[in-house]
Amino acid sequence: MATTGTSAAHAQNSPGRLTVNSIMGSEGRYWLLIAPAVLLMLGFYFYPLARVLWMSFTFPTPGLGNYEDLIDNASVHRTLITTARIGVITTGLTLIFAYLISYVLVHAKPKVERIMFLGVLIPLWISALVRGFSWFILLRREGTINDVLIGTGIIDTPLDLIWNELGVVIGMVHYMLPLGVLPIYANMRNIDTRCVAAARGLGASRGVAFRKVFLPLSMPGVIGAGILVFIYSLGFYVTPALLGGGKTLMIAEYIQLQIMDLVNWGRGAMLATTLLVTILLLLGVMSRIIDLRGLFGGK
Amino acid sequence: MDGFSSQPISPATRTTAWAIIAFLVLPITIVFAVAVTDRDYLAMPVDEISFQHYANLFTSPEWLHSIWQSFVIAFVSTAIAGLLGTLCAIGCWRISNRLSELVRVFMLLPVMVPTIVYALGIYQFFAELRLLDTYLGLIIAHAVTGLPYVVITVSTSLAGFDGKLERAALGLGASMGQTLRLVILPNIMPGVVSGLIFAFIHSWDELVITLFIAGRAVFTLPRRMWDGINEALDPTMAAVAAVLVVITVALLTLELLLRGRAKK
Repeated sequence: MATTGTSAAHAQNSPGRLTVNSIMGSEGRYWLLIAPAVLLMLGFYFYPLARVLWMSFTFPTPGLGNYEDLIDNASVHRTLITTARIGVITTGLTLIFAYLISYVLVHAKPKVERIMFLGVLIPLWISALVRGFSWFILLRREGTINDVLIGTGIIDTPLDLIWNELGVVIGMVHYMLPLGVLPIYANMRNIDTRCVAAARGLGASRGVAFRKVFLPLSMPGVIGAGILVFIYSLGFYVTPALLGGGKTLMIAEYIQLQIMDLVNWGRGAMLATTLLVTILLLLGVMSRIIDLRGLFGGK
Repeated sequence: MDGFSSQPISPATRTTAWAIIAFLVLPITIVFAVAVTDRDYLAMPVDEISFQHYANLFTSPEWLHSIWQSFVIAFVSTAIAGLLGTLCAIGCWRISNRLSELVRVFMLLPVMVPTIVYALGIYQFFAELRLLDTYLGLIIAHAVTGLPYVVITVSTSLAGFDGKLERAALGLGASMGQTLRLVILPNIMPGVVSGLIFAFIHSWDELVITLFIAGRAVFTLPRRMWDGINEALDPTMAAVAAVLVVITVALLTLELLLRGRAKK
């Protein structure tokens, strides 16, 4: 071990190479910093996740029996279709709204930009429960919106704004919007606005310059935001459970019912696995299109 | 005037954007109005403003107990996530080869994997370990899922930190512990604090895991709110929500101030 000093120096010169020297030298000590977090994650995150995957193939009997529900069970079908439909609608609306906000943000004066961005950031960190509860107060039959509409004589009978897909979509878009703004806004900030100015100078109208120059340049952010929001929408529990009122069932709430009320672990684990695999596939697609680390680092 | 260099936006577009911001912010403010209602159901104040529901919240043993439990769990799980997450981010940053990058990406997975999937697994695992409905169980689960926030913010801070300072300290004879404590940590402190704040908010608000692994002895604030919304329409709920909004905004303001100071 007399050469520890030189091997450490060597490791610092080529940090990218994993050699025996580098492991035993300074790099090994840095792995010690990483170890506690990795061990905690392996023991209490990845191991429990793996058990869910395992159980989907082995409980109650080994085989693909649980997965047959995906093909021939009507209530599973209904849940999957509802989840996909609400996911797509939520993602579409969120992208349109997020794009508009981001577009105005990057073109606003710094002071206005800061205030507007705060309007995105504060809701982002307020709990889904509180935000869902706010919509509950506003949208229910005896809620604020119906009260006002009836009080002013616009309608006679209260509108059904909650405990259906409309309520879920409103709550979901409200929850997802800040998450959608972040990637789109981060991407737009890096667009060189001189490109647009150049197009205008060369005679393009405002609309053409936007469509042919700005829009294509902003697409990576839009795609990243789209996949991100879609992923979050698919597995979301709180808002759909609160505003769907048990009638509009999305997959997360359906899984919870299978486990807590019906004690049907086989189906619950199977659906959880299906959800997980779908999301990992989407993440794989996303990592090919945009830099995931930039997305999270920019938060 | 400024339309020459930067692209001009039509007033209609700008108005629409502000309307969407209003859609984001205004609905949340309804809880402040309902929290001071003089009725005993969820409604706007009719005749007068009343603070009875706030009084009810701060004198009810059940609510206070839940607030206390949530605080203890959030505090301890944040401390664990903060310590392990910071060390992990520093290690990955220092090594930065393909393997450590992979570790970092895996540390971020809990943000992307739906909580319901994890909740299933940890519920079953904790049933075996007899950790259901215990402080320790919730603390572990919240620490693990809070780790990514610390790793993200500390990594971001480290990206802006000059690695030569660290090598200089080591070269001048400082031990690794001294270098960590005296050189690296002070420089990335804003990132660490941001991570702590986000991890705290995460645990404080967490509901889905809690629904599965706790429910009698340990009854956190989000859990009590959840039952409250589903069972009773007591305006005390609105007072709780209002207090939560204020706490979140306060923590976020602190985070922004720290980040602003780090830039100067």
